[in-house]
Amino acid sequence: MYKRKRKKKRQSWDDRIYTVITQALLIFFVIIVAYPIYFVVVASVTDPAYVNNGTVLLYPKGFTLLGYQKVFTDNRIWICYANTIYYTVLGTGLGTCATVMGGYALSRKDLPGRGILMKLFVFTMYFSGGTIPYYLVVKNLGLVDTRLILILAGSVSAYNIIVVRSFMESSIPAELFDAATIDGCGNGTFFFRIVLPLSKAVIAVMVMFIAVSYWNSYFNAMIFITDSDKYPLQLYLRQLLLTASVSSNDMAAGMDREAITKLELMVQVIKYGVIVVSTLPIICVYPFIQKYFVKGVMIGSIKG
Amino acid sequence: MKQVDRQKARKRTLLLMKKNWLLYVFLIPAVVYIAVFSYAPMYGLQIAFKNFSISKGILGSPWVGFKWFTTFFETPRFWRILKNTLGISVYSLAVGFPIPIILALIVNGVKNTKWKKFAQTITYMPHFISAVVLVGMMSVFFSPRSGFINTILSWFGASGEIYFMGNADYFPHMYVWSGVWQGAGWGSIIYIAALSGVDQTLHEAAMIDGANKLKRVLHVDLPAIMPTMVIMLIMNFGSLMSVGYEKIYLMQNSLNTTTSEVISTYVYKMGLQQQQYSYSAAIGLFNNVISFTLLVIVNKIAGKLSDSSLW
Repeated sequence: MYKRKRKKKRQSWDDRIYTVITQALLIFFVIIVAYPIYFVVVASVTDPAYVNNGTVLLYPKGFTLLGYQKVFTDNRIWICYANTIYYTVLGTGLGTCATVMGGYALSRKDLPGRGILMKLFVFTMYFSGGTIPYYLVVKNLGLVDTRLILILAGSVSAYNIIVVRSFMESSIPAELFDAATIDGCGNGTFFFRIVLPLSKAVIAVMVMFIAVSYWNSYFNAMIFITDSDKYPLQLYLRQLLLTASVSSNDMAAGMDREAITKLELMVQVIKYGVIVVSTLPIICVYPFIQKYFVKGVMIGSIKG
Repeated sequence: MKQVDRQKARKRTLLLMKKNWLLYVFLIPAVVYIAVFSYAPMYGLQIAFKNFSISKGILGSPWVGFKWFTTFFETPRFWRILKNTLGISVYSLAVGFPIPIILALIVNGVKNTKWKKFAQTITYMPHFISAVVLVGMMSVFFSPRSGFINTILSWFGASGEIYFMGNADYFPHMYVWSGVWQGAGWGSIIYIAALSGVDQTLHEAAMIDGANKLKRVLHVDLPAIMPTMVIMLIMNFGSLMSVGYEKIYLMQNSLNTTTSEVISTYVYKMGLQQQQYSYSAAIGLFNNVISFTLLVIVNKIAGKLSDSSLW
């Protein structure tokens, strides 16, 4: 009905102006967002000489895979890559389990103490001890410069627990549990047989949230890790993409000119390739999760 | 009579606790994590009022009252750092809050589903790019020698050699607009979802009354997402003082520190690079207390003005 009516009636001129302006804005925004990403891909297969004089804008000139070749033969990148995968997989596994189990427990209205526990969780979202006390706690636990801290740090967040809790409150009715109890089903069986299969959407979203934050974090590693064999990829990228060029401006002490020029030259060649190689896996996560996304995150966060 | 009731209630609670013991086990990992990584640091915050040294430990260090706070307020840098922190966060709130809403309203009005999906997928993408890669991309794109931004600007008569990343005046704009580039699409998701719940009969009724598209967006769509907007606004105020230090730290260089030094980067430098633990813990506490107070106030106001508030 609605559609047929639209077709029959021609759009009035002010509607047409509205459509043209908003569509133009949207196209403009999509181009602004897409172009830098497109440029990185183009530049990664272009001869660095053309990239450096600023003449490459739309398509690769002097096609070369040299950048990727260098990336794939640089051992440091792959050590850090493996580290990042290790931290991300373990941290995401741990974080997702803790979040889903905790969120489910807090979604149960017949859990004594749930109100106070919720308050304790929510408070951490808005108040924290700050960087220094946090560092001292980790130091006292003897976790500085260990892989364990990079697996643990950031695995659980109050926000994620609340999203899971709200999702389960609205999608798993209390009557379902009552019915299951009558059939002799305990808390454990109910959780694993009924709750988990019904919560695929929110679990998928949690996996994505947590994995993305692990993959992209550098700050914890920068604070806690000194041994470069334990560096995650982002910390090495920081060295490659940022420190190398800054130090050439500032002429950092302790590094001789020759080494800097050599590093700079190498960086020029592999910069774009390394961006593609490090970012592609995490961008590819989204399409798989997309179908769960709206269901999982919306029920969780809007009603929260 | 009352006592009997209370006893009964207590008995029921104990029974529930016994019946649901497994749920407490489920909570153990999350509770332990929060206790160790959130509440233990809060306990450690007392070093802000002490003269902490590692050898004496948190409890053994002597109390010094508000010494570190006054030290911080009296440093010549204090006002500049505070001004930078507030300036950058107010600027990013003023720009970063409305743009996702406008984007969502526009995307919601797109009829062609393929184009809609494409636009959404493209605009979400930058969210997955890490701060390191983002700043790395910025530093090459805006490079005075080889960046394409300068190439494009030179077509319009600019010198083509502007050093964006190394100029203190440009820093806030670079920070805020790169944030828009990265976050606007992702931020619009929540509003698009809220818009999908808008009752279509409202639109039809408004159309019969002769309302054009713009009017329908303003008077049907916008009110429908108002509660979501209020919640998001409150949350944004809560993080006003904790500006994205991870990105700012990466963007800092010796040429732009006059505008790029914010409280959290200063805390990092004082505390972890120069090991002035007590001093920087005090600065961090000052920061957190302000942002917590802001959140409480804004939440109260929002609760009074509309029905949406966080608690």
